[in-house]
Amino acid sequence: SKEEKQRLRKEKKQQKKSKEKKDDKESHVSSAPPAVPAPVSNSVPASEVAVATEKPTKSKAELKAERRARQEAERATKQTKKGEPGQQGATGKPKAPPSELQPGMVKRLSEHVQVDDPDVLKKLAKKLERQQIPLRSDYGYKVSLFSHLHQYSRKAPPTQQLSIPSTVIHPAIVRLGLQYSQGIVAGSNARSVALLHAFKQVIRDYTTPPNEELSRDLIKKCLFYYMNLFPLKKFVFFLINVTYRVFFNTIIFLIFPASAKKKRFAKSKLLTSIEWYIKEKIILAATAIAHSSIEKISDGDVILVYGCSSLVNNILCEAYDKQRKFRVIVVDSRPRLEGREALRRLVQKGISCTYVLISAVSYILPEVSKVFLGAHALLANGYVMSRVGTSQIALVAKAFNVPVLVCCETYKFCERVQTDSFVSNELDDPDDLIVTRKGKTQLAGWQQVASLGLLNLVYDVTPPDFVDLVITDLGMIPCTSVPVVLRVKNVDQ
Amino acid sequence: MNEEELVEYFRAQMRTDPDMASAVAAIRTLLEFLRRDTGETILGLRESLTWATDCLKGEDSSVAVSSGGELFLRFISLTSLEHQDLSRCKKVMEERGELFLEKISMSRNKVAKLCHTFIKDGAKILTHSFSRVVLRVLEKAAMEKKRFSVYVTESQPDAAGQQMAAELAKLHVPVTVVLDAAVGYVLEKVDLVIVGAEGVVESGGIINKIGTYQMALCSKAHNKPFYVVAESFKFVRLYPLNQQDVPDKFKYKADTLKKRQNLSEEHPVIDYTPPSLITLLFTDLGVLTPSAVSDELIKLYL
Repeated sequence: SKEEKQRLRKEKKQQKKSKEKKDDKESHVSSAPPAVPAPVSNSVPASEVAVATEKPTKSKAELKAERRARQEAERATKQTKKGEPGQQGATGKPKAPPSELQPGMVKRLSEHVQVDDPDVLKKLAKKLERQQIPLRSDYGYKVSLFSHLHQYSRKAPPTQQLSIPSTVIHPAIVRLGLQYSQGIVAGSNARSVALLHAFKQVIRDYTTPPNEELSRDLIKKCLFYYMNLFPLKKFVFFLINVTYRVFFNTIIFLIFPASAKKKRFAKSKLLTSIEWYIKEKIILAATAIAHSSIEKISDGDVILVYGCSSLVNNILCEAYDKQRKFRVIVVDSRPRLEGREALRRLVQKGISCTYVLISAVSYILPEVSKVFLGAHALLANGYVMSRVGTSQIALVAKAFNVPVLVCCETYKFCERVQTDSFVSNELDDPDDLIVTRKGKTQLAGWQQVASLGLLNLVYDVTPPDFVDLVITDLGMIPCTSVPVVLRVKNVDQ
Repeated sequence: MNEEELVEYFRAQMRTDPDMASAVAAIRTLLEFLRRDTGETILGLRESLTWATDCLKGEDSSVAVSSGGELFLRFISLTSLEHQDLSRCKKVMEERGELFLEKISMSRNKVAKLCHTFIKDGAKILTHSFSRVVLRVLEKAAMEKKRFSVYVTESQPDAAGQQMAAELAKLHVPVTVVLDAAVGYVLEKVDLVIVGAEGVVESGGIINKIGTYQMALCSKAHNKPFYVVAESFKFVRLYPLNQQDVPDKFKYKADTLKKRQNLSEEHPVIDYTPPSLITLLFTDLGVLTPSAVSDELIKLYL
């Protein structure tokens, strides 16, 4: 049967080679992990494009036309068979339409920041149809500055149109997507852990199909599920930065060594590796950060926190346990009002707290001695990506000369560079901004007013000049040293 | 070698060569301690070295002694993993210690070589208190036949500025001593400000004699470049957020810490200058911007 397997594999490869030259090259490139981040991140490695631009332009167009015709024919036949994993592996990657692959063009934008381009939308719709995943339509008028991003309504959950049982996407992933979109799982650490648990379930339920190799097929499947988290639920921007790296570093990097050893133990090894990752990078890191930050909290301090960051809450509780005398001011903002959760946790511990809304921040800042902020990601140029409102607080704190400390685990560091909050962000449900006061709901009919748009942003970026110190599990570093840490980490890996 | 001998040796080193930095004297003392140590285990050796460093910190509370001691420990303790035999290990440690000492005694000259080119002919320089590194830099510039004049602040409470003025007069450099309060007054006349540092912290800021922060703020307001000259063994793993955040053990002299209980009546002898006010740092590792200091520290310590 081993020879049979090999023979079948060879045949398949030959078929692919003879028919689809280009697709074959892509799938070869995709089977090597380093090229995998290409479709998702903005900075596409030139290698993939170089591969595509090897042929002269003239014959390329002809070949493309031929290939497309063949592909359509094949898809028509395959549609009846309910899409094979092999095909999905090659096509399940969000790529820009081939017409954009001009020689010399290096950058390729992800589809998810091209929502205002109708061609891209059509491609996405077709692709999802093929894979039998319902397309989620945008809701409401989008402010022009953010028209390149998706905006979904929470009232139309993605699973409404999803057939049961869904054979294409694993139910754990569907559940994860739903949890993300309904806001049941909120906060970056919680989301990362939920993602990893969902993938652990996927791996547990996974069985290698008869003609496939464990590592290749599992990677394809996992990638496919991961990519489809996007249309399935809201586009969670930070997924592209942080959880992508989490996902990549754990699952992709660990699959090959795990499967190199005995096939039986590959799955269990993979599961333990994921658990180890969670334990070391998230749980132990929190302890290390709490340990370092205790030094920065002195008796008599007045500490300002914004929103609900699990890490900052942990630090404050630890400091309280170590008999430090301080009080906390919790700043909150609509529409999420996450500060209330933080307030609840701190008061339960016994810490004396004050609660204000973000509009009062310049009023209370003269009393404050330090500001502790959490982060969703730390970008390579030193910018801090966090909940919207964080850069506001950092700005006002700087004006009052109050030190700003950001607490962030190293797994949240990413190679992405961003200088403003527009280019890549997340638009939450605009209906969240509607509020009823004194029996009147002023914005109820906002969709009828043609010139009115409601903007509910989720993230913003804070420049490094406003941040005095970043506390990570590696120690205390200035904001500008993030690329050094990334370099050191890459060397380690 | 017990505590008195240690402290006496340290004091003797400082007396014999007044030009030596206190950190270098501390490292020499530690090296001597290592030679005379009769411990049986490597862990015991390391513990006794830590104890010795603490004794020295009790004698001279400056940041430089603390950082120098820590770096020395790091430099030699990397050998403990390579050799099994204790005596061989000790020998290698001693050799490495000598090497380290040699390297850092060259550091002042390296700094002077880098910095003197920034002093142009006809420049007017402002400096603060007595710093041997700054003196070395100005000496080198004078040797290169540059004509410049220097303003030195008096730097109370110990009037160290007068000592600096005397040294500069020996080099035939025109020098004027000004009051600490006259920094703002004199800044419009000067072209650049050069100060030394007792310690360089992780953020890229410096810890130096009290009055440096003021000078840095004024030079920023006047848009004059503020240069810091420091050897690399002064890099320390501290990260103060503001003046209050600097640990008390560095703020006051060692004997004050031992004698007085209520430190709030004492006046601190050092202050912290944040990196945003510093233009460049000249070290034996090269000319660095304040944000590059953290990179260097990560390389040194991690």
